Amino acid sequence: MEKHNLVIVGGGPAGLAAAISAYDMGETDIIILERESKLGGILNQCIHNGFGLHTFNEELTGPEYAQRFIDEVNKRNIKYLLDTTVINITNDKHIKALSTSGLYNIEAKAIILSCGCRERPRGAINIAGSRASGIYSAGTAQKLVNIDGYMPGKEVVILGSGDIGLIMARRMIFEGAKVKAVIELMPYSSGLNRNIVQCLNDFNIPLLFSHTVIDIKGKNRVESVVIAEVDEKLNPKLETKQEIKCDTLLLSVGLLPENELARGADVNLSRITRGAIVDDNLMTNIEGIFECGNVLHVHDLVDYVCEEAKEAGIKAYEYINNKDINNYSKTEIICENGVRYTVPELIIKNNDNIPLTLKLRVGNVYKKVKLEVKCDDEIIYSRLRPVVAPGEMEKLDLKPDQVLKLRNANTIKVYLRSIEE
Amino acid sequence: MYDCIIIGSGIIGSSIARELSKYKGNFLVLEKENDVSCGTTKANSGIVHAGFDAKVGTLKAKFNVKGAKMFEKLASELEFPYKKNGAFVLSFDDDKTPLEDLLNKGRSNGVDNLSIISGDEVRKIEPNVSKEVKYALYAKDSGIVSPYEMCIAISENASTNNVKFEFLKEIVDIKTNKDHLKVLCKDGTHYESKVVINASGVYSDELNNKISNIKYKIVPRKGEYCLLDKEYSYITSTTLFQLPTKMGKGILVAPTTHSNILVGPSALDIIDKSDTDTTYEGLNEVWAKALLTVPSLPKGGIITQFSGIRAHSIDDDFTIGFSSDVKGLYNLIGIESPGLASSPAIAEYAAKEIADYLKLSKNENFIAKRSAIKHVRNMNDKDLSLLIKENKDYGHIICRCEVVSEGEIKEAIRRNPGAKDLDGIKRRVRAGMGRCQMGFCTPKILEILSQELGLDLENITKKGNGSVLLEGRIKE
Ligand SMILES: Cc1cc2nc3c(=O)[nH]c(=O)nc-3n(C[C@H](O)[C@H](O)[C@H](O)COP(=O)(O)OP(=O)(O)OC[C@H]3O[C@@H](n4cnc5c(N)ncnc54)[C@H](O)[C@@H]3O)c2cc1C
Ligand SMILES: Cc1cc2nc3c(=O)[nH]c(=O)nc-3n(C[C@H](O)[C@H](O)[C@H](O)COP(=O)(O)OP(=O)(O)OC[C@H]3O[C@@H](n4cnc5c(N)ncnc54)[C@H](O)[C@@H]3O)c2cc1C
Repeated sequence: MEKHNLVIVGGGPAGLAAAISAYDMGETDIIILERESKLGGILNQCIHNGFGLHTFNEELTGPEYAQRFIDEVNKRNIKYLLDTTVINITNDKHIKALSTSGLYNIEAKAIILSCGCRERPRGAINIAGSRASGIYSAGTAQKLVNIDGYMPGKEVVILGSGDIGLIMARRMIFEGAKVKAVIELMPYSSGLNRNIVQCLNDFNIPLLFSHTVIDIKGKNRVESVVIAEVDEKLNPKLETKQEIKCDTLLLSVGLLPENELARGADVNLSRITRGAIVDDNLMTNIEGIFECGNVLHVHDLVDYVCEEAKEAGIKAYEYINNKDINNYSKTEIICENGVRYTVPELIIKNNDNIPLTLKLRVGNVYKKVKLEVKCDDEIIYSRLRPVVAPGEMEKLDLKPDQVLKLRNANTIKVYLRSIEE
Repeated sequence: MYDCIIIGSGIIGSSIARELSKYKGNFLVLEKENDVSCGTTKANSGIVHAGFDAKVGTLKAKFNVKGAKMFEKLASELEFPYKKNGAFVLSFDDDKTPLEDLLNKGRSNGVDNLSIISGDEVRKIEPNVSKEVKYALYAKDSGIVSPYEMCIAISENASTNNVKFEFLKEIVDIKTNKDHLKVLCKDGTHYESKVVINASGVYSDELNNKISNIKYKIVPRKGEYCLLDKEYSYITSTTLFQLPTKMGKGILVAPTTHSNILVGPSALDIIDKSDTDTTYEGLNEVWAKALLTVPSLPKGGIITQFSGIRAHSIDDDFTIGFSSDVKGLYNLIGIESPGLASSPAIAEYAAKEIADYLKLSKNENFIAKRSAIKHVRNMNDKDLSLLIKENKDYGHIICRCEVVSEGEIKEAIRRNPGAKDLDGIKRRVRAGMGRCQMGFCTPKILEILSQELGLDLENITKKGNGSVLLEGRIKE
C-alpha cells in the first residue's frame, strides 16, 4: 500500500489552492488525484471572462485562471495523477482509486476532499412530460459547446436563473441559437446580478419570475415546453399555461455537492448544504478528513473557493504535524430567522483569536436587515445590509476580539434582524 | 423462409425467442424500436409477483405462479439482477377480511409462504411504514427483478443461440401467402415465415385485427412512477403494496434491484398507445398516495420519473395461443401485469406449442448460460486489477454516479444485440442512471458511441427514431 501525508481528491481550483498552501507551510508529501485528463476542474469549460477579479485584480477566463494555479503546482513539483478516479474512502483514511494503469490503494495521514459539485437533474425538480432528447443541464450544454464544439440545439428555453444558465443564454446567442426565455420559479434570481445584466438584459432575453415548466412535449426530440405562473406556495396556476416552441430545454436549477466519497467515509453531511459539517478548521467529524470548495458548499465565485481551500491546506498541514487541532470541544452555530446555513457550522472552543470568516446564505430576498451574531446574550457582530439574497453568499469577517468571544460562547446564534423592528 | 418470426422484443417476445432456440429452426425477431425492451418491459414495477392477486382459474394465475418459481434458476443462468425480497399488502382497516380473502385466493392459486401479520410486526421489519397500517398480508416469495436487464440478458442468450434480431422494423401488415405468412414492414421490406408470433404488447390487438376475424381490444392504461436516489434505500427493502380499496388499486413503494426506491404507478386510461409522457396530475397523485404508506417519503430524493403503458384487454385475462382462424399466427394479447412475472412460464408454454406445431427437433447445441457484463463497482481488488491489466478501459471511469467504466460501455455496444444509443447504454450498464442522470457523462458516452459505431456525433441518438442530441457544429 502506497502512503502519503496528504491526499487531495479533485484537482479543481479548490484542490490546487489547498495543495499549494499546504506545500508552502512545509508539507512536501502531497498527491492530488484528478479523474479528468486535465487539472482545473469545472473552470476548464468556463471560457467566458470574469474570473479572478478578487485574487488577481484582472479579468481572466476560467482556463486562464486555472492555469495560474496549475503553474504554481508545477513550480513546486507537487505530484498529481490524472485520469484517476477515487472510488472509495474509508474512515481510517484508506483511499481506493482507479485509472487505466490500475488500481491504487493509498493510506493517507490527512485527506482534503475538493471534488466539486454537480448539477441537479430534471428528475430532482419533478417536471412532467416527455422523455425526448434535447433536455440538458446547463453545464452539460456548456461542455458540449465550449469543449466539444457542438450545438445542443437551436431554439432554447432555460429553466432556472442560476449563473450557469445565465451564462449559457448568452453563449447560445453568440452561437446563433434563439433563446426564447429564462424561466425562474422564485420571485428572484439565484444568479449574480451582473450575470442577469450582461447575459440577459443586453440581449433582450425575457426573464420570467414566479414561473415554471409544467410539461415537455415532443416524442423523439423536444418540440415545446408548457410554462405557467406559480402562486406563493409555488404551485402552478394552470389557467396561466402557455406553450413555447423550442427544441432544447436547459436546466440551471442548482448544484449539489458531490459527497458520495464523504458519505462512504462516515462523514456527517449537512441536510442544507449537502456538504460536510465542518468546524472552523474545515475538518469534518472524521479526524483528518477536510473539505473545501464546492464540495463543501456551493460558492458564487472561484476566488472564494480558493480562499477557503488555502485555509484547508494550512489546517491539514497543522493536523499532519500534530498541532493538536482537534483536542477541543465545539459549539454548533444556530441559524435563525432567514439564515439558512453557515460554514463553518461548528466553532472550536479555545483561546485563539486569529481573524475568522463566517460564510452564510439566506433563504429569501430581504431588504434592510442587519446580519447579526449573538454569543450567549451579547451581540458581537452586527452589519446593516440594504438587501440580501439567496444567490449571493454573505461573508462575516470577525476580528480578534470577536473571535475570542465566539470561541468562548456556550450558544452562538446567527440571524437576520429587520431594522424596522 | 423462417420457421418463426417474432414481432416485438419485449420480455414476452424475447423470452419466447430464447425458448424456441432450444429447438432447431430459423428464428427472427423484428422490433420497431432501436433496441430490445423499449416498450412496456422497460417501464413497470419490476415485481415478480408471488401470484396471490390473480383471479383463481385464470391464465394470469396459472402462468404467474409457475413463472415466479422459475426466476431463481433463470436469473442465475443468465446473470440478471433478481432478488426475493418479500412483499406486504398493507391494510389500513381494522377488518381483516379483505386480507384473508387475498390469502385464500393466493393459497388456491398455489402460492406458498403467505401469512397475515399485524401492523406492529410489519413495522418491526420495515420501520418506515405508516402507523396507520393495521394488518398486512406477508408474501415471502415475492421478488424484484430489473426487467430491462432481464430482457437484454435473454435476448443476448437467444442471439448466442442463433436467433436473429432486426431493429427499426415496424410491422404494418400481416398477410396469408399459400401455406405461410408474410409480414410487411413500414420501410418496405417484407419477410416470410411459417409461424408469426404476435408479441407486440399494447399493439397486439391491432396486429391481430389486421388479419384475423376474431377481434381484440386493448385499452392502453398509463402508469406513472417516481424513482428515488439510492441514498434513500433505507426506506424499505420489502415491497409495500396497498390493499385495493373502493378508491382504486393503490400504489406501491418498493426497492429496485439496484437499491433505488420506486414509487407508483398511477392508472389512467389513455388513447394514444405511444403516449408515455408523465403528467403533473399523475405524478402528484402517485406521491400523495405513497405518503399513506411511508409518511416520511422525501420528495427531494426523486431523481427521475417515467411511465409505462399497460396492455389491458377488455377480456381481463391473457390470450395465449394459435389464432383459431389464421393458420400460423400465434397471439399473445393482453399481457399486462403480472406479465413479467409470468413471462418464463408463458415462453416455455408457447415455445412448446409452436415447436410441436412445426415438428421441430431439440437443439442439442443450446447454450443456456450467458454472463453479465463485468461491473467495476461490484468487483474485488484482485479481479479488478487483473481486469484492468487485461483491458485498460476498465480503469477509466465514465459515469461518476454509478461508477461505470469505459470498458463496460464498450462491451455494452459490442454485444449482440448491443447498445446503439444513450438509453441502450443506460439500461445495460447504468451509466447515466444515477443521481445526475447523465449530466456529466453524456458528452463522453456520445464520443464512445460515435467511435464504436463509426457514426458522426450528430447521428447519435437518445433512443433511435430521430431523437438526435446535437444540432451541428458551433460557428468556427
Ligand atoms: C458552469 C460554471 C460557471 C461558473 N462561472 C463562474 C464565474 O463566471 N466566475 C467565478 O468566479 N466562478 C464561476 N464558477 C464557479 C467556480 O468555477 C467554481 O466555484 C469552482 O470551479 C469550484 O472549484 P472546486 O475546485 O470546488 O470544484 P471543481 O472545479 O468542480 O473541481 C472539482 C474537481 O474534482 C474532481 N473530482 C471529483 N470527484 C473526484 C474523484 N472521485 N476522483 C478524482 N477526482 C475527482 C473533478 O473532476 C474536478 O476536476 C462557475 C462554476 C460553474 C460550474
Ligand atoms: C405500470 C405497469 C406496471 C407493471 N408492473 C408489473 C409488475 O410489477 N410485475 C409484472 O409481472 N408485470 C408488470 N407489468 C406488466 C409487464 O410489464 C408486461 O406484462 C410486460 O412487460 C409485457 O411485455 P411484452 O413483451 O408483452 O410487451 P412490450 O415490452 O411492450 O413489448 C412489445 C414490443 O413490441 C414492439 N412492437 C409493437 N408493435 C410492433 C410492430 N408493429 N412492429 C414491430 N414491433 C412492434 C414494441 O416496440 C415492444 O418492444 C406492469 C405493466 C405496467 C404498464
